[in-house]
Amino acid sequence: MATILGAVTTSHVPAIGGAIARKLQQDPYWKPFFDGYPAAREWVASVRPDIVVAFYNDHGLQFFLDKMPTFAVGAAPEYRHADEGWGIPTVPAFRGDPEFSWHVIEQLVADEFDVTTCQEMLVDHAFTVPMSLLWPDTVDWPVRVLPIAINTVQYPFPSPRRCYRLGQAVGRAIEAWDRDARVLVLGTGGLSHQLDGERAGYINKRFDLMCMEELVRDPEALARFSTVDLVREAGVQGVELVMWLAARGALTGAVSKVHSNYHIPISNTAAGLLVLENRTKAAPARAAA
Amino acid sequence: MKVTQPWHGIPGTTLFDGAQARKGYALNRMCYSFNSAENRAEFLRDEDGYCARFGLNPEQREAVRERNVLKLIAAGGNVYYLAKLAGIFHLDVQDLGAQQTGMTKDAFKAKLVEQGR
Repeated sequence: MATILGAVTTSHVPAIGGAIARKLQQDPYWKPFFDGYPAAREWVASVRPDIVVAFYNDHGLQFFLDKMPTFAVGAAPEYRHADEGWGIPTVPAFRGDPEFSWHVIEQLVADEFDVTTCQEMLVDHAFTVPMSLLWPDTVDWPVRVLPIAINTVQYPFPSPRRCYRLGQAVGRAIEAWDRDARVLVLGTGGLSHQLDGERAGYINKRFDLMCMEELVRDPEALARFSTVDLVREAGVQGVELVMWLAARGALTGAVSKVHSNYHIPISNTAAGLLVLENRTKAAPARAAA
Repeated sequence: MKVTQPWHGIPGTTLFDGAQARKGYALNRMCYSFNSAENRAEFLRDEDGYCARFGLNPEQREAVRERNVLKLIAAGGNVYYLAKLAGIFHLDVQDLGAQQTGMTKDAFKAKLVEQGR
């Protein structure tokens, strides 16, 4: 039986990739951001994941407007990062697990999520930056991965509720896998920010902090927002909250907060981090450290 | 700040809907090509020829010539693809933010910091 260990939800601002490459973790601008991550890494190390399922959004590396899938699920043996055009360094390729992918795809479609399947799939900074934050300086990722891309480029976007429900369906699919696997869920993006238009630079701390609290306690409350509500409250790119909602949806058991961090600004973004532990009925709580 | 799309009513904000996606297809397709270093070099070598090859309309061509982000968006550009064009000129998202809000980059950065207080 596969076990869902919990979730890490984190911002994925491209500049973070540049800062990691230039080793700026102790730089005064970056320190309040990077200082949030050792506790997340310690928790991840303690739960020993061997698979990561990541909800993220492609920003025009893999998908173009010729064909834009609403939900795209990886089914590849390997996922590569590549040149995104504006110069963040690429990272080593990630190993996939096609058998696991196809299990999840079959379960999702049976569950009426008619996803696009990708036997070849480039992953962009929204996938690689969070992985680098959890496993810095890696040359060989210690986990197999399953990327799930959610369209937040071209409207109409799937609603926050639909993304939450997708996460729930992924959670059920993981738990229905009859192999021993320890699965960590990632949700990447956010929090509030707006890159484009005269409203660029918009940030909403009050809304973000409310979301970080409700995501733990009452995610259904956040799932009631419309996409336009999220744009109004969190900015055009603040809709990336849907990746956090999907990750939260995948946690099928009792959920508790392990760690969080919040910092304004990284680039144009309010950067958030949340580490959530999932306790299923089958897996008793770990003894307190 | 103006409301340009009544369907959502948020000022200073253009959401990339079907109308924008249709209008901006050629421009975004060109910008998508800038994932390749070879194509970025080719654009720098012959900007006119490169834009012509992707069939940019006069409004799009002018917005590219001016490196004007608000005009690029009005011409159907999507910010994720436009970022690849901006990258050619070593402009980051704070340069774009400053330009769109009519602020200096320092003032724009200060405004971001201020919102954390």
